[in-house]
Amino acid sequence: MFKILQKTLRAGTVTQPYPETAASLASGFRGLPEFDLENWRDARPAADACPSGAIAVTDAGRFRTVTVDYGRCILCGECAAVTPEGAVRVGRNFEAAATDRKALVISAQYTLDAEGRQTCLVRAAPEIGRQLTRQIHRILGRSLAIREVDAGSCNGCELEIVALNNSVHDIERFGIHFVASPRHADMLLVTGPVTRNMELALRKTYDATPDPKLVVAVGACGISGGIFGTNYATRGGVDQVIPVDVYIPGCPPRPEALLFGILMAVGRLRNRQ
Amino acid sequence: MREVLEQLTQEFAGRIAAAPSYPDQLYAAIAIADIPAIAAALRSRHSARLAAVFAEDRVRPEAAFYNYYVFERRGNPCYLILRARIPAEDPRFPSLAPALPSVNWQEREIHDWFGIQAEGHPNPRRVALHDNWPDVHPLRKDFPLHTALPAFEGDQHVYRPTLGEGVFQIPVGPVHAGIIEPGHFNFAVAGEPILYLQLRMFYTHKGTEKLFEQLPAQKGVFLAESVSGDSAFSHATAFCQAVEKASGMDVPSRAGFMRTVLLELERIDNHIADVGAIAMDVGFVIANAHAGRLREMALAINEELTGSRLLRGMACLGGVRRDWSASQIAALRDAIATLEREFRDLVALLKSSDSTRDRLERTGFLHPEKASALGIVGVGGRASGIDLDVRRDHPYAAYRHLSWRVPVYQEGDVLRRMQVRIDEVFESVAMLRAALGDLPGGPHRAPDLVIEPGRCALSAVEGWRGEILYWVRTGPANRIERCKIKDPSMNNWPGLVEAVQGNIIADFPVINKSFNLSYSGTDR
Repeated sequence: MFKILQKTLRAGTVTQPYPETAASLASGFRGLPEFDLENWRDARPAADACPSGAIAVTDAGRFRTVTVDYGRCILCGECAAVTPEGAVRVGRNFEAAATDRKALVISAQYTLDAEGRQTCLVRAAPEIGRQLTRQIHRILGRSLAIREVDAGSCNGCELEIVALNNSVHDIERFGIHFVASPRHADMLLVTGPVTRNMELALRKTYDATPDPKLVVAVGACGISGGIFGTNYATRGGVDQVIPVDVYIPGCPPRPEALLFGILMAVGRLRNRQ
Repeated sequence: MREVLEQLTQEFAGRIAAAPSYPDQLYAAIAIADIPAIAAALRSRHSARLAAVFAEDRVRPEAAFYNYYVFERRGNPCYLILRARIPAEDPRFPSLAPALPSVNWQEREIHDWFGIQAEGHPNPRRVALHDNWPDVHPLRKDFPLHTALPAFEGDQHVYRPTLGEGVFQIPVGPVHAGIIEPGHFNFAVAGEPILYLQLRMFYTHKGTEKLFEQLPAQKGVFLAESVSGDSAFSHATAFCQAVEKASGMDVPSRAGFMRTVLLELERIDNHIADVGAIAMDVGFVIANAHAGRLREMALAINEELTGSRLLRGMACLGGVRRDWSASQIAALRDAIATLEREFRDLVALLKSSDSTRDRLERTGFLHPEKASALGIVGVGGRASGIDLDVRRDHPYAAYRHLSWRVPVYQEGDVLRRMQVRIDEVFESVAMLRAALGDLPGGPHRAPDLVIEPGRCALSAVEGWRGEILYWVRTGPANRIERCKIKDPSMNNWPGLVEAVQGNIIADFPVINKSFNLSYSGTDR
């Protein structure tokens, strides 16, 4: 008993005060890629290299539309690696949760030269992070009970969700805890892609959760199907099956990104000092 | 294995034909009708182990399916891969499951994916496709990946009834109480003890093997990272090695060492988490709190080295995606030293608790004979006397330059499955030090290569959970025509079924955790 106490005292406080202070990230951390839309001369290599189809290029005559869907991004950094001019960089941002699926998509229109290179940016849709502050369900704003549902994930998201409960991330300091049954839950935290075999279980879990309730879709697969997309065995993102309130990008989202999205869902994000 | 194949060729005169091979994997063509006799001969006379059984659709070019049987033998680094033609107009093969329970699920999977019937299988019901699926065979080439199947209106699975006075059934899942993957467990209990457990897996089936056939090999690496999220680097490495072997790509020696370092880091962070979780499931909360803290340290060094806490985005064909600077390597050395010291403390804390030992010892006993019959691999196998370790038996990456002890116990209980993990963390720490000491210079990645179509290769990696097998056939335009994935969980789930029998149902969570099998790796 004494040894246990001694060990605990020696370990001290390890809980990170995020989001009051910035997350501590390793120097090599890869966050969401950042795009210098003005100076991006050719989006085709990045679109070709993207393993999950997050970057799409559509040409029509002398015009090109480029869309970047952070809801499909698996943070691999290949788009930056194949883009020579530095117009695409691996960023360090992970606070990208959104209440609106469309807010995760950047779109840019360009004119083209004869070789298909982009000459001029004509129009760009608002950058990620602008529409994030809509606050919802303040009624759940204090203590929150979450039921996690793996609707087909590779288990990567689950590992990071489990990490929310360790002493470093300690989600219970916000009065937020994970519960064993949807009947005790205010929020479903759902990972995907939703498989055909989990579709019914997900619907039943949603129905078993009392109102008012929130649904948070976790990770590229939970948002869009990710690298798996939609196929004979999967339905794609969680919102193909049940309504979703908040989307948390990442592959998997790190614990701080999950915390950011969960706090956003209950309107408890404050500006950082 | 060459001598074994020669002897077999004599025994089965004229019915076994050697095929194009590699020094470490021999291929031979057999008649499908001979497989029961050949498998029996290999197992009894040559003490070979059947590591995997899988199929391939070659209907369009050759009007046939093929079954593959992968054998290995202790002390011999070469695999023997038997290939048997199954005519498309008569798709059936003799089942090995009556003599060899370890292929039970694998053979049924072949039926579900390809519509090739396993004749004489003792339980020929569907396993991979749930009972309510329409009559489709998704890995057939004439079944498009994006087929929109109608709503599933077929019957749900009917579990075997358990009868008797005071006996009742407890259905659990697929949505579980903890933060874990989905699967269905149907317990038959009499009072507290578990009489019988029926498993229903494949809830997370995502069409992964089919999806591999649509992606260029370079992108397949990212898909391999998502087969089982806790083994992202092991799965991706197994895939890369298979493609590299098939296309004759040489991996620079620095990359081999870097892969080894990352594979051992993956083992360390998962083993630490499992040790904590086992403690947690018998109520030793503080030990789990410390384990969680250590795991965060391990994930921080993962992120420093690869940009990802779970080692994603680092594997690539021909080596690794990014090199390490001197400061990254120094950070790794520091992290190893801290982790080792802290883990030693954690183990001492665990060992100081008699009540923990009391809960873990003789709990969830898997008899070595049963483990052997079921083909249990990895941690669960080594705790039940199965002395297998791909790193030693079929060396890859930089393992032939390292030495370590493979911990093997005979007691087969939760305590020993935890002890195997504890021993392996210390062995891995020593291996990391040795690998960093010998880290060669030079490139970290071979130049990209055009992949020659029509080449096949097997690759094996000892993931932290056990033996991960990948087999690929390359196709045109740098694509993969077939990618077979075998996660160690595939063999080990039936081991859990055996291990829980007679235990009280309250011990199920800790027994399950002591195996900690992958649902997604099984279901794909």
